[in-house]
Amino acid sequence: MSARAAVLGRIRASLGERDEEAAREAVARRLAAHARNVVPTRAQVDRDTQVGMFVDQITATHATVAQVAEENAVPAAVSAFLAQHNLPAEAVLAPDVANLGWDSQPLLQTRTGVPVEADQVGVTAAFAAIAESGTLMLTSGAGSPITLNLLPDNHVVVLRRSQITGTLEDAWDALRAEGGMPRTAMFVSGPSSTADIELTLYLGAHGPRRLHIVLIED
Amino acid sequence: MRATSHLFKDNVAKALADADLQTALYRVDKNFTARRTAAVTALPEFEALRDDAVRIKDHTLAYLDLYLETFERNVTAQGGQVHWAETPDDARRIILDLCQAAGARTVTKGKSMIAEEVALNPFLEANGITPVETDLGEYIIQLADEPPSHIIGPAIHKTKEQVSDLFHEHHRQFGKTQRLTEGGDLVAEAREILRPRYLAADVGITGANFLIAETGTSVIVTNEGNGDLTQQLPKTHIVVASLEKVVPTLEDASTILRVLARSATGQQMSVYTTFSTGPRRPGDPDGPDAYHVVLLDNGRSKLLGSDFQDILRCIRCGACFNHCPVYASIGGHAYGWVYSGPMGAVLTPAMIGIEASHHLPSATPFCGRCEAVCPMRIPLPKMMRHWREQAFDKKLDTVRQRWALKVWAWFAKRPRLYRRITRLAVRYLAWRGRPRGRMSDLPLTDGWTASRDMPAPQGSTFMDQWQTGRRP
Amino acid sequence: MTAGPRVGLFVTCVADLFRPTVGFAAVKLLEDAGCRVEVPEAQTCCGQPAYNSGDRRDALAIARGVIAAFEGFDYVVAPSGSCAGMIKKHYPGLFAGDPDMADAAQDLAARTWELTAFLIDVMHIGALDARYEGRVAYHDSCSSLRELGVRSQPRELLSLVDGVTVVDLSDPEVCCGFGGTFAAKYGEVSGAIVHKKAAQVVATGADTVVAADLGCLLNIAGKLKRDGSPIKVRHVAEVLAGMTDVPPIGEA
Repeated sequence: MSARAAVLGRIRASLGERDEEAAREAVARRLAAHARNVVPTRAQVDRDTQVGMFVDQITATHATVAQVAEENAVPAAVSAFLAQHNLPAEAVLAPDVANLGWDSQPLLQTRTGVPVEADQVGVTAAFAAIAESGTLMLTSGAGSPITLNLLPDNHVVVLRRSQITGTLEDAWDALRAEGGMPRTAMFVSGPSSTADIELTLYLGAHGPRRLHIVLIED
Repeated sequence: MRATSHLFKDNVAKALADADLQTALYRVDKNFTARRTAAVTALPEFEALRDDAVRIKDHTLAYLDLYLETFERNVTAQGGQVHWAETPDDARRIILDLCQAAGARTVTKGKSMIAEEVALNPFLEANGITPVETDLGEYIIQLADEPPSHIIGPAIHKTKEQVSDLFHEHHRQFGKTQRLTEGGDLVAEAREILRPRYLAADVGITGANFLIAETGTSVIVTNEGNGDLTQQLPKTHIVVASLEKVVPTLEDASTILRVLARSATGQQMSVYTTFSTGPRRPGDPDGPDAYHVVLLDNGRSKLLGSDFQDILRCIRCGACFNHCPVYASIGGHAYGWVYSGPMGAVLTPAMIGIEASHHLPSATPFCGRCEAVCPMRIPLPKMMRHWREQAFDKKLDTVRQRWALKVWAWFAKRPRLYRRITRLAVRYLAWRGRPRGRMSDLPLTDGWTASRDMPAPQGSTFMDQWQTGRRP
Repeated sequence: MTAGPRVGLFVTCVADLFRPTVGFAAVKLLEDAGCRVEVPEAQTCCGQPAYNSGDRRDALAIARGVIAAFEGFDYVVAPSGSCAGMIKKHYPGLFAGDPDMADAAQDLAARTWELTAFLIDVMHIGALDARYEGRVAYHDSCSSLRELGVRSQPRELLSLVDGVTVVDLSDPEVCCGFGGTFAAKYGEVSGAIVHKKAAQVVATGADTVVAADLGCLLNIAGKLKRDGSPIKVRHVAEVLAGMTDVPPIGEA
């Protein structure tokens, strides 16, 4: 008997007699409905309040937010971020953000694609943002190399105001509408941190030390 | 990991005498309890979320086989593979085979209690593969060659000085000669040392906080992002998870996530909560080529339908540890195996047998705080009492303890004899307690009197006084 | 005028043997509140030591005796959250599989109360004829707090005593480390826990510490007295009933 059959057999033996038909139906029903359970009402508010809630909470975890009026102001915002932190004027871009008019920053050297160890700055888009917990939702795909969110010490996320939604559940609905799960859906609520040494908080444990969001007021 | 749970009393003595450990435990106690309280108070729906979380898990357990089959189907549909392991030995073999097939020399690891449970690291090493722990706490204890002492913070028992010493000793081989003292510098050095190891690893192994049946997804929760680097950079991603990690839908996982981080560290969400589904897709510029999930039984299928089923609701948040007065005094190592604290007191006997671990469910005052803070409303004291019943039937207590209880119960069932014997005992003890009204030593009670006096009785019993007509 | 409720006093083994004052204080409080109090002779113990040691058989046998002894009373009141909790919360489960006794156990459980909860929630007393000058730290026993949800009632009662100032401990929800047989079986761990509790008591600057459970109080008093502390340890019933002329626990 295979391990699979043995394990499933033992589970069924432990669960005892049951109406198999009804059981399969119950499971199929729950999966198909994927109903929401209790959802906190806090983030079920108007868009302006959601945006404020998102910004307040993500900055509380030491991420930073810069607001720009339109998408072609993003490259300048990125240059400003690099200058502010004395970083070299170089960045690796995700394909999703490669067409934002980077020519406006002639002194900024950009490359599009997957990062290597030496890269210090990665710029990506986001799939959505969650107001309830101050969280970015980053998905993998042809336009979004997932390692750009992790390897470079500085991560800049280009987010549109219209992408901010209330709850995790809203985000799942949006993802299902796009066709389902990508290889990776990362929910990021701040820069990398650890409290493993005497419970003191330090940033930049393994993931990015800095998380900067450029928020487009669309 | 070789269990030392049977040496509980020795472990306790060591722990109580360890000043560094006591300082660390004080810090844990103050920190985690306050954070949880703040987070819970700030969320009006917290109790309702707990109730939903319990319902979700109980429903899933009632149909565990069907949800596991669904999970497997969906993993396979996305290009991944599910492997079933009945025992720790099976799990180790499967993982070794996968690593060897990938030609692995080094393997990065996110934090996984299941990997601890099956003692994966020594096995990989014995087979010529080097496991590299990436969670900072796990990395520290890997250097110290110690087991984890807390389910969330494996190295919280270590002082900064101890970490400095460990890094100084073990990082010399990487050209680091300076002994660092600042916490920020230590973290930075660990990051620097681990960076190339992330990039060089052939295989990345993570645990899973949840397995989602609906989509064939595994979920990990970290603050460091180490689990993400572990699973995205190597060519092969292996998830090791026990059967009861499965939940039906994305919405169900979201509900339990809300109580998980709050109960563990007082956060709303961990910094990184990552949902992984299969290997990289056509067109993905990065990500692993292969995705494997190793499902471990190791006794869980037998817990279903038993007195101990409810422990399968555990989501490994650590809240019970953080609020337990026993854990706060002795720390995690004293429990002697992988799982400590209240949930460890319930799960360990199921895994290694009550004979080897009867002290764990026994060494508690049943204060009930664990159950009160458990997000999954697990009746931990009740299940510890069930273990005590088994220990009693197997006569695992000391002869002296059994006899004391037998004598007490014998008299308690016979009120008239009880009156006669207690009348004498009370008179004697009152006399013993003169002139201060207490005793600093008393035969058969050195457990008590080592650190406390024993107050003396007033001298005659209430029932005698009442019987002779005394009234208030 | 209708007679007040007929109450059976479950004096508890610890009060019976160690501190009868607590039993008499409970009787006084109940009678002052208008109850008719009786003390069934056949009581000894609630069975918790056997129950918590895994000896279900003896626990059942002792519990049967308790159920029989307390038949017919309107209420059963115990000056102990631990014993009241045993009867209220655990007897029904103990007898769940016993068709003859299940109803009787449920019935007794429904009629059983911890003393301070009974005085406030059932008898609704609004005044006490007692005086105690003191800064009083209150320790909540785990059974009172978590099994029975008793927290405000003892504090409300203490506020009715002239001269009392109640102070809370910095962590009012943490155990004192008694746990019945635990204190003897794992004395070093128990000692470490009560060490922290005693430190909290001392830190409040209180001159008195009270609780509604004698097990906790023997433990806390034992520790404070070993440390040479002058803090007086009493059962809350003694203070509420004005019976504080007897030496505090652990003193002569």
